[in-house]
Amino acid sequence: MTDTSHLNSLMNGPDDSGQFGIFGGRFVAETLMPLILELGEVYKKAKNDYEFKKELEYYNTYYAGRPSPLYYAERLSEHLGGAKIYFKRDELNHTGSHKINNCLGQILLAKRMGKTRIIAETGAGQHGVAVATVCARFGLKAVIYMGATDIERQKPNVFRMRLLGADIVPVTSGTGTLKDAMNEGLRDWVTNVHDTFYIIGTAAGPHPYPEMVRDFQSVIGKEAKDQMMKAEGRLPDSLVACIGGGSNAIGLFHPFLDDKAVEIYGVEAAGKGVETGEHAASLNGGQPGVLHGNRTYLLQDDDGQIQDAYSISAGLDYPGIGPEHSWLKEIGRVNYVSVTDQEALDAFQLCTRLEGIIPALEPAHALAYVSKLAPTLPDDHLMVMNLCGRGDKDVFAVAGYLGMDI
Amino acid sequence: MPKQKKSLSLSHPTPETRLDSCFAALKEKKKAAFIAFITAGDPDYDTSLEILKKMPGSGADIIELGMPFSDPMAEGPTIQASSLRALKAGQTMKKTLQMVREFRKTDDTTPIILMGYYNPIYVYPVSGFLKDAHQAGVDGLIVVDIPPESDEELCLPAMHENISFIRLATPTTDDKRLPTVLQNTSGFLYYVSSAGVTGKAKLDESSVKEAVGRIRKKTKLPIAVGFGIKTPKQAAKIGEQADGVVVGSALVDAIASTLDENNKATSETINNINDLVKSLSSAL
Repeated sequence: MTDTSHLNSLMNGPDDSGQFGIFGGRFVAETLMPLILELGEVYKKAKNDYEFKKELEYYNTYYAGRPSPLYYAERLSEHLGGAKIYFKRDELNHTGSHKINNCLGQILLAKRMGKTRIIAETGAGQHGVAVATVCARFGLKAVIYMGATDIERQKPNVFRMRLLGADIVPVTSGTGTLKDAMNEGLRDWVTNVHDTFYIIGTAAGPHPYPEMVRDFQSVIGKEAKDQMMKAEGRLPDSLVACIGGGSNAIGLFHPFLDDKAVEIYGVEAAGKGVETGEHAASLNGGQPGVLHGNRTYLLQDDDGQIQDAYSISAGLDYPGIGPEHSWLKEIGRVNYVSVTDQEALDAFQLCTRLEGIIPALEPAHALAYVSKLAPTLPDDHLMVMNLCGRGDKDVFAVAGYLGMDI
Repeated sequence: MPKQKKSLSLSHPTPETRLDSCFAALKEKKKAAFIAFITAGDPDYDTSLEILKKMPGSGADIIELGMPFSDPMAEGPTIQASSLRALKAGQTMKKTLQMVREFRKTDDTTPIILMGYYNPIYVYPVSGFLKDAHQAGVDGLIVVDIPPESDEELCLPAMHENISFIRLATPTTDDKRLPTVLQNTSGFLYYVSSAGVTGKAKLDESSVKEAVGRIRKKTKLPIAVGFGIKTPKQAAKIGEQADGVVVGSALVDAIASTLDENNKATSETINNINDLVKSLSSAL
């Protein structure tokens, strides 16, 4: 018997060459190609390996604290009027964000490949902290590339990484933010390819990274699906998540892609407004191009030079986006919208006051869109928002924006 | 896609360019080609064009012209900085092709290859870029971030415009992978002497010798070696084994070290790089 039901599925990507439609691929230097191909093979094997699955589940449960709760945000729902809003509480994970889901998966792969040295890039520092954490846990050396600008605005996370024993390399090339940190990460990898594993933090980069990161993050959506069935006896009507590179978003969205009745919203950072040019909205304000190993939407000028992204949130401050999101935009499955710094700051405070949860500035963008959308919907509309990180790291920056002295 | 590649490639013409005649002529003389790299538009368009025009007279057999890119992932600090200087001075892909056109007014024999990253070509877009590059007199392309698995992106279309696509082989390119790398390569093969970024590599002459010998068994193409070659002495050593010797960062340094505090060219800029081209080429 042949099961053909999967043929029209939106969950089959990428193809063998690592592409989602025209997006994705493996655009890397020859030095890295043999390793990238090997990683693809190792991942393919691990994915179908029961032992690997069990091991990852073990660490997800007992180390990261999964499953994260699906929480009915009652007061926020009442305040906004309209949709019934649920938070997927990935900010409760160990290390305070969804980043740990991916890091646990990748470090287990690194060990399988016999690599002894881990490198990573980080923007807000959430991924860097998660990498430093798993490296401490598994006894591997961690070298984290972080833009000098970001080191300045994310001091608490820099200190956490150092406590965990990681080396932080400040990146001053380019503009000293996430994209430059990723460039330096790739330069390190090319140089130390024999013993080094690159834990990319977002669902971007050369194949198999977008697929791999998505799979490790899909635990978010799978849990949410089960939890919503238990809570309400049916699937949600809509999903909302913030997008920088898009790892938390693809993690929530992917298990729902074939549930056509579920409306999906990805929220980009509009910074000071997409029309001002100072933003990080690659899908709403960029063009397809090739950077960091994949073809995807990028912020760039007419000459193909990459432009700097801007956002109040260091975690969304990236001029590209995961290739699967570019594809989901092109086929129209996901609605990609954007909210400004100010809207995110307002939502940050609203959530803090109404729910007693201080969100990170990244999911505050998703919250801002929820605040706009929920009031327009009927009260039997079920909405799930991914609260993918907690805001402790942002309190200094927010105090600054609000003109408070702490 | 990869399944089609083999049959497609059979129908692709092998480009014949100035590179082939250049290497053939040097072979007669039993001399290795000196391949000199600069970034187009560094430190500004006019100075860069003048440097370019003087290079063949100073002994550059082939010129590798960098197409500036904001995010040059395979470059060390020296060439990264040259790329940013050029962009700051207003260099664009169109201006880089214009430089080649200007150069061709007085030199129709020295091969020129453009080296860089895919994105500026992709957005140009590819078909228009290849036509303009061919018309300008470009002989070959080195595009770092397109592996042979993606030959249909640029390599095969370039062959149809009679532009050679020059691939890099690296210390991680083992015997199993080498045929894939060689498949649609023409003009010459560029052997990267060490895993790493430009300008930072330490040259290991004995491992280069071993690698060049290994690659020779698999191809009749000329083999050029680059990464880590800075001095005439090193150039001479590598020239004994390879058909071409590439020097990049050292030449870019010869420009950078003469600039004023605002990164503007000084009276020494052109002479300084010219002198280095002379001493490196005369070592071969």
